[in-house]
Formats: sequence, C-alpha cells, structure tokens
Amino acid sequence: MKAPRFEYLKAASCAEAVHHLARSDGAGKPVAGWQSLGPMLNLRLAQPELLVDITGIVELTSVTREPAAIVLGACISHAAIEDTRVPDVTQGLLPFAAHGIAYRAVRNRGTVGGSLAHADPAADWISLMALLDAQYLVRGPAGPRTVACADWMQGAFTTTLASDEILTGVRIPALSASARWSYHKFNRKPGEFAHAIAAFVVDPERGVTRGVIGATDGAPHVIDDATALLDAWHPDLAAQTLVAAGIAPGTYEHQIHAAVLQRASRELSHARKRAA
Amino acid sequence: MTTITLLVNGKSVRANVEPRTHLADFLREELNLTGTNLGCEQGVCGACTVQIGGAPARSCIAFAVACDGGELRTIEGFDDDPLMAQLRNAFSAKHALQCGYCTPGMLITAHDIATRLPDADEARVRYELAGNLCRCTGYVGIVRAVMQVLDARRGVGGR
Repeated sequence: MKAPRFEYLKAASCAEAVHHLARSDGAGKPVAGWQSLGPMLNLRLAQPELLVDITGIVELTSVTREPAAIVLGACISHAAIEDTRVPDVTQGLLPFAAHGIAYRAVRNRGTVGGSLAHADPAADWISLMALLDAQYLVRGPAGPRTVACADWMQGAFTTTLASDEILTGVRIPALSASARWSYHKFNRKPGEFAHAIAAFVVDPERGVTRGVIGATDGAPHVIDDATALLDAWHPDLAAQTLVAAGIAPGTYEHQIHAAVLQRASRELSHARKRAA
Repeated sequence: MTTITLLVNGKSVRANVEPRTHLADFLREELNLTGTNLGCEQGVCGACTVQIGGAPARSCIAFAVACDGGELRTIEGFDDDPLMAQLRNAFSAKHALQCGYCTPGMLITAHDIATRLPDADEARVRYELAGNLCRCTGYVGIVRAVMQVLDARRGVGGR
C-alpha cells in the first residue's frame, strides 16, 4: 500500500509543465489534488515515472467571467465550488453537485480539472460538463486548444488529452435566471462513486432542453432534446434512451439507471412547477 | 530526496523526503506524530485525516513532498484547542469510541463540522461524518457526542 518510486517536479507555469511532460516521453503525468491519483499510486494501479505538480501555476486557480460563461481554472477545488468561493453561473447546480462529491476531506484537495482529466464515468463533473455543454481548455507544446465536451472523453478513464498536454480549465456556459435543473445520482452510501447519474437542464431563454445519463461504462450519454422525457414519463422511451446510452435491458444497471432517470425527470418537473 | 519545509503544529520542520512518501508515513515515521492512524491507505476510511492549510484532508493520499511550504495540524496540535477539548470530553461522555483507532480522524472531522457548520442538525452531522469509518461503535455515540458539542455551543441544553 505504498506508492512506487517517482520523480516529482513542481511547475511554475503551463509552459514548464508541458516541457517536463514532453521530455518524459509518456511516462509523466500532471498532478493536482492527488485524490484519485494518490490511491492509484498506493495501490500501484498507476506507476508514473514523473509527476508534474501543476497547483503552483497561478492561472490554473483563477476564475474568468465572460459575457455568457465562466472559465474555472483546472486546480479549483470541489470545496471552493461547494462553498461558492468561486462565482456560480449555473443557478446552484455546480455547488449542489460539488457537495455530493466524496467527502469534505477529499473535496478540500480534489480539483475540477483533475476529476475531468481522470474521466471516471461514475464521477460528477464529467457528466455535468456534458450536460452544460462546457468546453475544455488544453495547453500543449503547440500552444492552447479548445475541446468540445463531446470530443473530450473517449471511454472510461480515457480522454483526448495527450501525454504532453495539461487541462488548464473548463469554460462553462452560464444558465439564464429562469433556467431549471435537476441532478440525481444513486449511491449506496454518501460519498461513494455513483451507480447511476441522471440530470436535466431546461433553459428556455437559451433554447436548451438537455439531459445526461452518467455512470455508464464510458462517456456520459447526452440527450440533446430531452423534451419527451420531461413532459410525461414514458417507460418505453426511457428504456430506449438507456439502451442508446449503452445500458443493456434486463440488468441491474438498467433498472437503477431507469429509476434515477425517472427521479431526475420528476425533480425537474417539480422545479418548473415551483417556478411557475 | 527532496528537501521540504513545513509548519507542523506550529513548529517549523525541515526534512528530506522521497517523493513516494505519503504524508501520514512522514508524520508518523519521521516526526513521531503517531496520533495520526493509518487504516486503508486509499483515502476511504478517514482514520488518517489531518488539517492541511486549516482544512481536513487525508494524509495517506497527500504526499509530503507536495506539502512543501504548507501548514499542517495533526491531532497532537489540538492539545490547547478549546473546541477540541469539548469534543474529547463529549466523545468520552457519549461512548463515542471503543478501540480508538478512528478517533483522531473522527475528532478532526468533528472539529471541522463544529467550525464550518455550527447549525448542523443530526442528519447533516451523519452526512458529514460519512467519510470516517468506525468499526466499533456503530456511530450512534459519535453522532451524539458531536451533537452535544454543537448544542452546547448554540446554547441549547440537555441531550
């Protein structure tokens, strides 16, 4: 239960971090909060030769307001989002979700960028960024690039991030004041990874009626037009949607996802009624 | 080996560490601060919870080298802390420990609850304690102890 040997460097800038990663030729990894990588090191599921600590890069802990979005630096902690120490543009959705991530001792250290780069399908941010149509900001040897959320996660624990790139932040579109959301996940105990995730957002001013099914075997499944799942509950439509998300019928996973999807749909209907 | 400088329980510490040494091993083996207990070493059980920069964190999945320049507080660093004294007394009074292995981590988490969430009700206390596992007491005593301290600080009697 002890980590293997690794070299550790703390980068002062994105350029420096990218330089170290590039010279490690695929054997290096960026690290921020250690909350997923730490256990993986101790269990020796990960055995990188070099870890490049990016938490000293000022830009990565900064927040930038844009007219219709906010850019959160990759090294912002879940607890900072939970406590709204960073501004919230999602009508409370991100702080609500942050509060449900692991435990406070983990949220104090774990970062939004680390979670997104780790790309555990059962984690919260990866599903929510898909729901909100966020953009991923990446820096590599060739400079910065922006990745659409649909192109970010390629499978469980696999992203488009190259071994010499770092995720610097995520651009999250602002929800209108009249937007409503629901977020439901199923865990057997508070703080563990989700068995099923479903979330909806309805933002009429921006023409958005979107849903997401998370905690699947791979990338979250986005429902671009979720109107039919929200107006009334049709078990057959829900089952079809879950199959489209890669969840085979007749399984525990299907049943638990169906229940969570229905609850998220119902929660959004209630939120809309309360607002009306 | 990398040289690090830390403030541990108010005292400046300079040490050479291997990057692979996690913070709990560093505290226990190098600084003899054995109040921090190691349970799972994968960030699940909470026994090794300490304060890093004033906030609770798992010391088994923090690495000493990455804490360079930071401030740590272990259970030994709360000897003169009035809130921790209240919590220790309540843990005794409410039978909130048997073997005591989880207790240092429980106390650090309880201290955070009382500081950050002074208005917490019992359900919230249970939720906040979910990241600290106890295999003896069944949690009833622990929750009662934390609630007793919260009530006392709110000026509510009896329990």
